[in-house]
Amino acid sequence: MPNSLDLIIQSLPFLLTGVLQTLKVTLIAVAIGCVLGLFGGMGRLSNNRFSRALATCYVDFVRGTPLLVQLFIVYFGLPPVIQQFKAFLETSFALGPFTSTSHIPAFVAAVVACSINSGAYVSEIFRAGIQSIEKGQREAALSLGMTPKQAMRHIILPQAVRRVVPPLGNEFIAMLKDTSLLICIGYAELTRQGQLIIGTTFRPFEIWFAVAFLYLIMTLSISRLVDFTERRLGINGNH
Amino acid sequence: MEIIKVRNLVKNFGNLEVLRGINMDVAEREKLVIIGPSGSGKSTLLRCLNLLEEPTGGTIEFAGINVTDPEANLPKIREEIGMVFQSFNLFPHKNVMENITMAPLIVKKKEPPEAMEIALSLLEKVGLSDKVESYPGELSGGQQQRVAIARALAMQPRVMLFDEPTSALDPEMVGEVLDVMGDLAREGMTMVVVTHEMKFAQEIGDRVIFMDEGLIIEEGTPHQLFAEPKNKRTRSFLTRVMP
Repeated sequence: MPNSLDLIIQSLPFLLTGVLQTLKVTLIAVAIGCVLGLFGGMGRLSNNRFSRALATCYVDFVRGTPLLVQLFIVYFGLPPVIQQFKAFLETSFALGPFTSTSHIPAFVAAVVACSINSGAYVSEIFRAGIQSIEKGQREAALSLGMTPKQAMRHIILPQAVRRVVPPLGNEFIAMLKDTSLLICIGYAELTRQGQLIIGTTFRPFEIWFAVAFLYLIMTLSISRLVDFTERRLGINGNH
Repeated sequence: MEIIKVRNLVKNFGNLEVLRGINMDVAEREKLVIIGPSGSGKSTLLRCLNLLEEPTGGTIEFAGINVTDPEANLPKIREEIGMVFQSFNLFPHKNVMENITMAPLIVKKKEPPEAMEIALSLLEKVGLSDKVESYPGELSGGQQQRVAIARALAMQPRVMLFDEPTSALDPEMVGEVLDVMGDLAREGMTMVVVTHEMKFAQEIGDRVIFMDEGLIIEEGTPHQLFAEPKNKRTRSFLTRVMP
């Protein structure tokens, strides 16, 4: 039986494939989440009642339900619905034939569920960011003849984006840790890879610590990156 | 020629009646000064003129256009009405040059060289040619307010509104801002100024309006209002601010 250090070193290449998958899903999910969140946040502040209601429902539903359940809805819940929809198109409109399987690949389900989840949290971050900009900024922009859209785009959003860097960093870290839930749909991220190794080595203590340590390296790196970005943008200065 | 006509202007905030039927005209090239105790509605009146506040009732006409019409093209109207705020409201993420050129570039679609040329000449006028690259946070209050005046002027407005432009300044910086405003007045700009600077009101005002509790109580030339106030409330206000 190898000693602990050797075991961890031997497991590392396999664990690192998990690290890559974890990073991949997190990066894509938070990137898409930022786009969703920008619209969600502006929707929450919109004068249009429909946009506001839509954004509020989205944020409330996603934040009020567990990510794990959302993941199950996408991965297990959607395929039968898609299957029925295909059958409906084939019989009613003579479209197709479509591929017989409606299985959603784990990667796609992971990205879809995590993006939608992240988007809801980012919506609230952007909403708070936009609301934190003094009313006078918008008034000055309007008084110069800018339309409300131009004021939002050129005056309010650029300032709001600087202010939301720290909470966005937190969201990034939270999402990275939450991707460990993807183990439940068998996606080969870091936690899943750890579990697989334990299945063959029967050494849970060392492996789970190695997994935890790898998460720690990732989250600390993100924190440093956020600090750096904050300094570059001069968030605590005046420009 | 009247450039601004206000008729029966009413503004409520919830149950609070801030403006209770204001009638007021501003002639082209006129310098109108509005004075009155805090809470009298003078800032609200000013902010209604470019519809930063939506009036509850009444009409406002600017250059023959009904500003209060829901169909009115507000951005277009606001291009011609410059405004200077008590709290400056410079854009903190932009340097002085960008603050001034932004609206001409975005709204008027001016070419950058032209916008910058206008900005430089305005900065010279307000005495801040050496601050082109500075950010608002690096400037004193007086300097920021002078940049704000230049920013408003860069849109080449027909009227300038000043909402207590010196109230947030340290006393030693009030003079430099009033000097710039005085220069502007002498150039013939149409100005509506809400202020507590009574000396300035007397010096540059063509006409002074005294407001209290949402109404115009008295108006006249600076001499009439300051030397021979008719209304009791005007008199008691003036004795309080000019002992």
